[in-house]
Amino acid sequence: MPPIEPIERHTISVLVDNEPGVLARVIGLFSGRGYNIESLTVAEVDTYGRRSRITIVTSGSRMIIEQIKAQLDRLVPVHKVLDLTDEGSFVERELALIKVAATGDKRIEALRIADIFRARAVDSTLESFVFEVTGSSEKLNAFIGLMAPLGLVDVSRTGVAAIARGKEGFLGEAILAGE
Amino acid sequence: MSDQRLTGAEIVLKSLADQGVEVIFGYPGGAVLPIYDALFKQNAIRHVLVRHEQAAVHAAEGYARSTGKVGVVLVTSGPGATNAVTGLTDALMDSIPVVCLTGQVATHLIGNDAFQECDTTGITRPCTKHNYLVKDVNLLARTLHEAFYVARSGRPGPVVIDIPKDVQFNQGVYVAPEQVVHRTYRPQTEPDMRRVEEAVELMARARRPIFYTGGGVINAGPRASELLRELVRLTGFPCTSTLMGLGAFPASDRQFLGMVGMHGTYESNLAMHGCDVMINIGARFDDRVTGKLSAFSPGSKKIHVDIDPSSINKSVRVDIPIVGDAAAVLEAMIAVWKKRNCKADKAALDAWWAQIGEWRARECLKFQQDMSPSAIIKPQYAIKRLAELTAGRDDVFITTEVGQHQMWAAQHIPFERPNHWMTSGGLGTMGYGLPAATGVQVAHPDALVVDVAGEASIMMNIQEIATLVQYQLPVKVFIVNNRWMGMVRQWQQLLHGERYSQSYSEALPDFVKLAEAFGAVGLRATELGQLDDVIGEMIETRRPVIVDVNVAENENCYPMIPGGAAHNEILLGGQHLTGEQSAPEEGMVLV
Ligand SMILES: Cc1ncc(C[n+]2csc(CCOP(=O)(O)OP(=O)(O)O)c2C)c(N)n1
Ligand SMILES: [Mg+2]
Repeated sequence: MPPIEPIERHTISVLVDNEPGVLARVIGLFSGRGYNIESLTVAEVDTYGRRSRITIVTSGSRMIIEQIKAQLDRLVPVHKVLDLTDEGSFVERELALIKVAATGDKRIEALRIADIFRARAVDSTLESFVFEVTGSSEKLNAFIGLMAPLGLVDVSRTGVAAIARGKEGFLGEAILAGE
Repeated sequence: MSDQRLTGAEIVLKSLADQGVEVIFGYPGGAVLPIYDALFKQNAIRHVLVRHEQAAVHAAEGYARSTGKVGVVLVTSGPGATNAVTGLTDALMDSIPVVCLTGQVATHLIGNDAFQECDTTGITRPCTKHNYLVKDVNLLARTLHEAFYVARSGRPGPVVIDIPKDVQFNQGVYVAPEQVVHRTYRPQTEPDMRRVEEAVELMARARRPIFYTGGGVINAGPRASELLRELVRLTGFPCTSTLMGLGAFPASDRQFLGMVGMHGTYESNLAMHGCDVMINIGARFDDRVTGKLSAFSPGSKKIHVDIDPSSINKSVRVDIPIVGDAAAVLEAMIAVWKKRNCKADKAALDAWWAQIGEWRARECLKFQQDMSPSAIIKPQYAIKRLAELTAGRDDVFITTEVGQHQMWAAQHIPFERPNHWMTSGGLGTMGYGLPAATGVQVAHPDALVVDVAGEASIMMNIQEIATLVQYQLPVKVFIVNNRWMGMVRQWQQLLHGERYSQSYSEALPDFVKLAEAFGAVGLRATELGQLDDVIGEMIETRRPVIVDVNVAENENCYPMIPGGAAHNEILLGGQHLTGEQSAPEEGMVLV
């Protein structure tokens, strides 16, 4: 038997033509072939060229990760695929809006913790806060975990946005085309 | 010229004509009436009316596979589109270039559950290489040209264009194919030469090499087959082929080991198992070929040539991947082999051929046929005689349905040239062979086109006999009638304790009368003495013919590698395993 391969977590950027159905194609690929999606975000990043960037966080063995990239690259509207995890260091951020309903000591404790996490209160009533917090997914998980016993009632997260460190751009011509 | 305004329907026909399309296969309905109207007013493009939309797609596949061109389909919305889905999936699995135009309800009705509306792009997204919904008539010509480019480039496949009825009526601007450049899709066809050099180096040092070739060689065009022949002869290596690749290398050549895989020959499977260098050209390590993955060719270094990067390292890890068109890579390999003055290791190769000779001596395809005139015909013998009585002609095209007869056809008919063998490999679609033969005969009106069929499979698209009669297409349906869904019966016998659940072909029609009812010719052979005459008469008849050959009912197809077994666990005829205990446990869940 071949040795069992370890599971790796990868963050992948995909530049696509922003045409109808392109997101369905990407999602259908993952569900149809049984790949994991931990996070998926998409937005148009080049209005002139109508191109969107999809950031996918996925996990699998090395062989599966290579398959995922090859399968993504094979989709007709895909311009390019970049495995940020393989390419070296990159910055990964997620934003969450978190609602905590609490009064008294719990309310004060929630505010103290929010301060430590550099979360901002973007809405406030006498019985509740909405915090905005950004950071790595792990940081968000930790913050949400701490809020749970203090009256956590709602969570909305954006999914991961990621970009490589250094001077190279991923969009390249796409941005130039806009000038 | 570019400000010339046409209706959407006219744009469709002009685009097809400018793409060099001569014939389309289709079936009308409300949502495509404007296109049928435009079709009526012109003569450049012929339309072949099938009797079921699934058959339109298979016919387009047969047309494509026998000509190397893109096959074209036209069907209506809703049921027309859903009926086409099996054909589209078949074309996707076997990498066949097809463009399928579907009608759609008017744009303002989309999403309203209108009459004969279905989400065609949603339904066909996973069973096409790409698909489009065209909502603007000014994008129609561009989309059509792009669709042809996508269907035939890289790894070919089916492309659907869904066209709402109002778009077919609206007026818009036509653009010519030359004006359309695809924004994103540029498959790599030229190989990385460093990889080719590495591959040739490995080949030159090989002691037990084998070429493992597949449908990619056929798809790369006839030149790829010529180059394959040159490289195989240059190296002196043995060569095997998948079901899809038959004909790329001539079956009669001494260096050909026959087909590989579940029902492949003993020698090719054992050579794949025991080789030290495997050169895969345009095959995809399909599970029908590899058998048990963990025991697949354990001692070999593997070179994999494929135009689709996602085929590489998908199931089998390879040592030297080469992405590129098979013809381009073969040409590069030949050039490097010659430039470096490579010579195979003669002594090692002689020993390897001696070993292969021993495996060959097992004569794994042999079967017993009682030669008395009243004897029961063995199915293998019927197919063998079909091959022998048509040998020497270079215009014989064989299609098949799915089952034992398909495997016997692959084993016993020697294919000498590419594009003359059409079978449903990846999807295994019963009902493929007759419509595929229709498409082949449309492309080659004077050729001898034979659908080797099973009595169960043929019932799945039997209505297409009417298409043959209407267009006077002299296709021959050669039914190897064993009165069983033979392949199902074989698995039930070997793996499910001989419990023959629902696999007997009850209430069969009288195929001779059925042929006559359609206006075709019906022939029958019930005993050995009649077989040659019936085949002779079939060949002579310039009309569609159904031949009902009554054969032995309980014959099994061997060799066989049971699901989940390794190549060296191959079973030959006479070695029977019965009862479920004898099947490897993890193999039972495999198809
Ligand atoms: C559309 C479809 N349904 C079911 C099957 C499963 N199947 C594979 S072979 C077979 C039996 C085919 O019987 P027949 O056409 O008589 O061929 P034989 O094996 O007897 O030569 C069946 C049911 C299939 N391949 N395709
Ligand atoms: Mg049968």
